[in-house]
Amino acid sequence: MEKQRRRFGRSIIGAAVALAFAGAVQAQEVIKIGLLATLEGPFAAGGQDGMRGAELALKQKNGMAGGKKIEFVKGSSDATPDKAVNATRKLVEQDKVQIMIGPLSGDEGIAVKNYAKSQPNVTFVNGSSGAQATTLVDPSPNFFRFHTEGAQWMVGLGEHALGKGYKKMYLIAEDYGFPYSQVQGFMASYCAKGGHIVGKSWVPLGTKDYASVVSKIPSDIDAVLVVLGGADAVNFLTQYEQAGGDKPMVGGTITVDQTVLNYKGKRRDSLIGTPSAGPMSDSLDTAEWKKFVADYKANFKDGFPSPSLFAYLYYVSTRSALEGLDAVKGDLSGNQVKYRAALQKLSYKGPAGEVHIDENRNGVGTTYISEVVKMPDGTLGNKVIKSVPNISQTLGLSKAEFQKMGLGSRDVPNCP
Amino acid sequence: MSVLGVAAVLALSAWGLVDDPKLFIRTALNGITLAALYFVVASGFTLVFGLMRNVNLAHGSLYLLGAYLGFEVGQWTGSWLLAVAAGFAGSALVGAVLQVGIFRHMQGQDLRQTMFTIGLSIVLADLMLWQWGGEIYQFDPPEIIYGRLPMPLIKVYPTYRLVLLAIAIVIGLVLWWFLNRTRVGMMIRAGVDDRAMLAAAGVNVQAVFAITFAVGAGLAGFGGVVGGTALSISPGEDVRYLLASLVVVIVGGMGSISGAALGALLVGLAEQFGLAYAPTYGVVFTFVIMVLVLAFRPQGLMGRAA
Repeated sequence: MEKQRRRFGRSIIGAAVALAFAGAVQAQEVIKIGLLATLEGPFAAGGQDGMRGAELALKQKNGMAGGKKIEFVKGSSDATPDKAVNATRKLVEQDKVQIMIGPLSGDEGIAVKNYAKSQPNVTFVNGSSGAQATTLVDPSPNFFRFHTEGAQWMVGLGEHALGKGYKKMYLIAEDYGFPYSQVQGFMASYCAKGGHIVGKSWVPLGTKDYASVVSKIPSDIDAVLVVLGGADAVNFLTQYEQAGGDKPMVGGTITVDQTVLNYKGKRRDSLIGTPSAGPMSDSLDTAEWKKFVADYKANFKDGFPSPSLFAYLYYVSTRSALEGLDAVKGDLSGNQVKYRAALQKLSYKGPAGEVHIDENRNGVGTTYISEVVKMPDGTLGNKVIKSVPNISQTLGLSKAEFQKMGLGSRDVPNCP
Repeated sequence: MSVLGVAAVLALSAWGLVDDPKLFIRTALNGITLAALYFVVASGFTLVFGLMRNVNLAHGSLYLLGAYLGFEVGQWTGSWLLAVAAGFAGSALVGAVLQVGIFRHMQGQDLRQTMFTIGLSIVLADLMLWQWGGEIYQFDPPEIIYGRLPMPLIKVYPTYRLVLLAIAIVIGLVLWWFLNRTRVGMMIRAGVDDRAMLAAAGVNVQAVFAITFAVGAGLAGFGGVVGGTALSISPGEDVRYLLASLVVVIVGGMGSISGAALGALLVGLAEQFGLAYAPTYGVVFTFVIMVLVLAFRPQGLMGRAA
């Protein structure tokens, strides 16, 4: 009996060793990349489009990078940090991915970055999450964000709003990291140049019924600053219109993007003319952008009329991860040191401008200010008004000035 | 204790009325109209539980499924009323099939039913994501109920929300009539009190169960369309309305229709006043109510002790 058990134990060890070797052999041929986006909750539409962006980047390279076959292992979250970390854990610890791309939403990014510290052998590339703190406060050496973030995306919009004569505004935004960053990016210059945000409503992410928030909007303002995304934005916009709201709106980066402009149902034209800002715009007039849109449309018949912000960001993130693999010829040995050095040095022309990162491994890039217009085919889209190039994470301020202002939060900045 | 609580609520209300009467009245109306939606969804949930002791954790999925089916029919026919009818009929059919095909075989096995309905809700959520994608859907109600109504004091109020309230009141009355004045209703009530006795009296209990389940599921689908018209439809709504229904019936009392009405009112008001006066911490209010009810009246406000 005793002998039998021992033999059984030995063969198990043998099998495990064999399996481990098999795994090592396989790892030479195929590189597994974890792909996490929100396929549930308020950003489900965005998450789905983010997946499309990532797949497009891989398709353009015929499923290969650095001479090896790339295999995506997908995971889903619902825009909450704990769910994002759980899904990432599963991909890293059970599916043994070597590179991780994701997550989608602000607070998720901060949580995944913290988790990244406990997995120094895996390289994490941010999907599309745009909270400042992810790379600005206590960054993780194996966490890269190739696109710019929430605050950078709003630089220049404050001046644009003032230019339209909006001197007093009321703010409605979701209560978490990404909108804090967006609002800071807007207010930093808006307040400095004499604008006033007379009141703020921070609502929980996923709020459906905005009736009581709409009731709170004062009548003596020039415009409403709306920093909501996905289903939240659609709900607010319809209910505001239903309640008789007639103030013009200024949108955050994801307030009037493709996922929001193209909801299924009757089109509402009241959005036309709404300015917003972001790292891309539907109507960019460059060859790179047009190719990106054409490829997107050719590959995803069920996609949006034009790729959404999330498709663009996941595309840039995935393409950067793949370009990095190309640069080191798929060599992830030595705890991926060579690979990370290649990522740090990476610089290429993406669909909406140069892609490269700073010393905190955060993107430096262009912000586009655009307004909602009716496209020739009857759908709504965004038209570029102007572009603000080369925006760093300190929003064009010096490090000292930026630190004096502090990170964006519910009360920072403030100019009632 | 409860006297103190009522006094505190009254004092706060008085302050709210004096401070900004318009905001207060609007918020109260918003709370009542949101409660109307919660009532429609939760009444089906509580009906099924009351008779069959079946905690149907796929109730939210039936809400979302009804909404999507209603949207398809609405797009196809261009009629909102047909969309509402399709939402009800579609979910009712699925409900009846579930009862006859599956739940009938797990009678009285609470844990199995619970596990099954959780599994079902996950499968349905993925199937719906596959079919309808992650997009946001909005219904297109007739112009006449979509605009604004002039109101004293607060000037205007969205018509549709008032329509929602009217719908909920009508449903409440119809349910009351159905349960108290019809033969099937009588059987359902008898079944709630003593299932074995009802069967012994020669009633086809399985048929009664199937009808009840269909009506309960249908109400969820109906809520999906009328709720999707007031707000919107997207993946994740299933969980939201399941949670709302659970809180409503826990507060109101499992199995009681009047309890569902009272619970919905409390939850709706708590949510809207929270959002208007303390947006950051507003979400907590609902759960504070639930905790208080569980602590002092665990069977729910209108519930009977088990």
